[in-house]
Amino acid sequence: MKKKILIVDDEPNIVMSLEYAFKKQNFEVFIARDGSEVFEILKGEIPDVIILDVMMPNVDGYQTIKKIKETVNLTATKVVFLSAKNKASDIEKGLKLGADKYLTKPFSVKKIVSEILELLN
Amino acid sequence: MNNYLLFFIIVIYLSLLFYIAFLAEKKKHSKWVNNPYVYTLSLAVYCSAWTYYGSIGIAADSGVNFLPIYLGPVIAAPLWILLLKKIMRISKQHKISSIADFISLRYGNNRFLGALVTFICLFGTLPYISLQLKAVSETFQIMTHNTSYNSTSVLGDSTFYVALLLAVFATFFSTQKTDASEKHKGIIASVAFESVLKLVFFLVIGVYITFYLFDGTIDIHNQISKKENFKALTSLNGLEDGLNWFFMIALSFFAIFLLPRQFQVSVLENNREKHLKKAIWLFPLYLLLFNIFVIFIAWAGKLTFGNDISTEYYSLLLPLKNGNIFLATLVFLGGFSAVISMVIVSTLALSNMVSNNLIIPYGFLNKFKRNETNRNSKYIKNIRRISIFTIIIISYFFYISFSKELSLYAIGLISFVIIAQLAPSFFIGLFWNRGSSKASIIGIIIGFLIVAYTLILPFTMFAYTGANTFVESGFLGLDILKPHQLFHIDFLSPPAHAFFWSISLNTICYLFFSLALKSNYRERNYAEMFVESSSFSSLQDNAFVWKGEAYVKDIKNVLVRFLGDVKANRALKLFFQKYNLDANTQLADARLINFSEKLLTGNIGSASAKILIANVVKEEEISLREVLKILEESKENISNNKVLLEKTDQLSKISSELKNVNEELVVKDKQKDEFLDTVAHELKTPITGIRAATELLIDDMDEMPTELKKQFLNNILQDSDRLGRLINNILDFEKLESGQLNLDLQVNDIQKTIIKVFASISQLAAKKGIKLINKNPYKLHLFFDEDKMHQVLTNLVSNALKFCPEKNGTISIDYYLGNKEAIITVEDNGKGIPKDDFNYIFDKFYQSKNQNTIKPEGSGLGLAITKQIVEKHNGKIWAEKRQKSGAKFVFTIPFK
Repeated sequence: MKKKILIVDDEPNIVMSLEYAFKKQNFEVFIARDGSEVFEILKGEIPDVIILDVMMPNVDGYQTIKKIKETVNLTATKVVFLSAKNKASDIEKGLKLGADKYLTKPFSVKKIVSEILELLN
Repeated sequence: MNNYLLFFIIVIYLSLLFYIAFLAEKKKHSKWVNNPYVYTLSLAVYCSAWTYYGSIGIAADSGVNFLPIYLGPVIAAPLWILLLKKIMRISKQHKISSIADFISLRYGNNRFLGALVTFICLFGTLPYISLQLKAVSETFQIMTHNTSYNSTSVLGDSTFYVALLLAVFATFFSTQKTDASEKHKGIIASVAFESVLKLVFFLVIGVYITFYLFDGTIDIHNQISKKENFKALTSLNGLEDGLNWFFMIALSFFAIFLLPRQFQVSVLENNREKHLKKAIWLFPLYLLLFNIFVIFIAWAGKLTFGNDISTEYYSLLLPLKNGNIFLATLVFLGGFSAVISMVIVSTLALSNMVSNNLIIPYGFLNKFKRNETNRNSKYIKNIRRISIFTIIIISYFFYISFSKELSLYAIGLISFVIIAQLAPSFFIGLFWNRGSSKASIIGIIIGFLIVAYTLILPFTMFAYTGANTFVESGFLGLDILKPHQLFHIDFLSPPAHAFFWSISLNTICYLFFSLALKSNYRERNYAEMFVESSSFSSLQDNAFVWKGEAYVKDIKNVLVRFLGDVKANRALKLFFQKYNLDANTQLADARLINFSEKLLTGNIGSASAKILIANVVKEEEISLREVLKILEESKENISNNKVLLEKTDQLSKISSELKNVNEELVVKDKQKDEFLDTVAHELKTPITGIRAATELLIDDMDEMPTELKKQFLNNILQDSDRLGRLINNILDFEKLESGQLNLDLQVNDIQKTIIKVFASISQLAAKKGIKLINKNPYKLHLFFDEDKMHQVLTNLVSNALKFCPEKNGTISIDYYLGNKEAIITVEDNGKGIPKDDFNYIFDKFYQSKNQNTIKPEGSGLGLAITKQIVEKHNGKIWAEKRQKSGAKFVFTIPFK
């Protein structure tokens, strides 16, 4: 079975690179541009992992993860933050909210892919 | 009627009164005793034998002159709400037991003043009581046809026994309590009962005479009008009579407040202030009813008897002449009621004064110190009993020696004029805090001496010598000193004349000496408490300056002696509780001294209480200097406090300013942090894009389809541009915000700048199908930096471009002249600005979510920079809120 990944970011250029990389790893890729689009997608799909940006218009990453954690059928889904915010306090906050990993921008695509794969195994 | 039968009726009647008093005392909380009607009827103790018999005499002899005595009270009644209420409150606060207490307390609890007032009241009331005795004895004789009228032996005079009976009755009737400030509900109830009786009987005889013996009021009028001198009886005699009336009305006005019996019933025996409300109209009504038949009875008597019989007893003589003994007995009983109630209440009031203000403070006080409670109150009771008995007996002898020749009316007026001497001290003292005790004493003594000279002396001389030479030739034969015509004022009746001179000089002395002499601290204190009674009601226990040393133990001993163990202990306990003091407090303070004095005042009067307490208290005289020092200190404190307060205000102002600055700094600091964070974030975003795309291109150079390669390369280009723009904007913004940017201000034509901006952007707009409209074609020269204005307009227009619909989109620039500035607007027909955005659109890095593109273009600094530039030109910028469609930005450039 194909692994499912949901990429949540409002920067189309960044999303494009990630989409390319994960498709190459045989992932089924879903894309949302902010928190509100996330739940449209989650109505029909249960991804294995969600990559989540923090700074997004409308519903930001923090709000989104809170909602995800409240959703019963998403308990198995891993959540990884991917943000330009790299202060220790930001990372701590993200992990406290229940993220499995906190990765920072700018990033190496290879590194992101290997981190995600490691998380899923 | 038989002597003994009448005597028997009197005894029966007195027993009935005793029974009523007993019942009322037993049910003293019932509605029957505590209501405004009983209160009003008790006020009617004003109508004594003088009213009952005397008025008819005056009406018969000199016409309507009996009326002023009732007009004064009628005028006073509406004022009760103001005056009497104040007096009542003060009296209740200070446990006042008589008018002597009231006046002496007002003037600093002056012992001599209390005694003087008592003396005045005694002098004023003795003739009044003798008037009552005269009425009783004379009516008794009329009823029994006794001729002992002329008997020289006191013991052979049956009226002596009547007086004796009255004295004994009054003695035991009014001294059942020691605390004189306690209410005498039994007595008041019996007085009210008597007031009903005398009015009803008077009305009955009025109706009997007018409608039974005669044929109604018109009949009497018609008959009397045929007699000679009728005119004189029914009219006033010009200005002189008018003045007489004026003084008589003033006299009775004072009397209704000052007569000891009136003070007793209206103030001391009042249960509830609200009873006054009924009394102010009911009491005048009572007086009116009492006076309805006076004139007709008088005329009827005159028609029946001519001029040769005592005119005052027509109401008794008329039924007797017609053989109606039953009716005559009723009239006698009515008169007797009037007498009894007056005598009882007057002697009650007087005995309190005599014991509390005369005997105890001036002699008997030492006796009390060693004795026990029970014996003390027995002593007090006995003093009162002896006082009452003595007063009545003295009045009897007064009657025997003086009153026989005088009319009831004349005696009554002498009383009134004497009592009126209290008026200046009483009334002015209530509202003027300068009034002093010395001035009050001088005024009263001067007033009394004048009354003695102009009124008492003449009639005493007349009674003894039978000659009128004193009145006719004056003192030492001096015309100017004629007692009834002092300084040739010869148009007033003797009482009005005496009243005029005495009250004028009394008032002048009172005012003059009050202003001229210094009053001591104690006096000023009490004056303040009386004048400002309402503001002292809560703090009266501490409301005086006192200096000295006293032990609670000693004060307690004094209290126990007069109140008994239980009462004294309870009172002290309450006091300690009230002021939160320790029950074992050793030293007494001013509050306790004052409290104890007040407790004792009810029992033995204020003067005595003060002396008693002063005995156990080592009170040191407070010198004027010390009082001044206290005042100075408190003044200093106040001014010190003022300075402190100002300083505190300043400090708190400074600290709040500091706080504001600090808060601003914190906010600024936070803003700076946020700004840096945001800048870093904004910079990282394109770099992330560039880095990821580059990495993919390098790693997948071979596998990646060409189309995708192109796409990624394009992304890299886009992100690089974005990065460059961002850096430029940030630098601009930073320069603007830190004030480093200097404007190159010159006179420029805004029209030219607009054309340039449109030119630079027209290609992009044309591509999107958006029309640019320059609405105002006229030149407008303004003072601005051309480059920066270009940036402002470019920002606003490109901002509009982002929100404009493709095809049919329009962006227009317009400008016009305002008051002191040019107003420039940039308007589009796009989606408009969402409500939530209005507050934020000019904030740095704020990007509206309402744009057409998914990812907002631009740095998020455009409007922030625009705002900075406009403000740098001293202009303002805002987005129009009431725009129906599209967005409209407005900014101003001042002319100067």
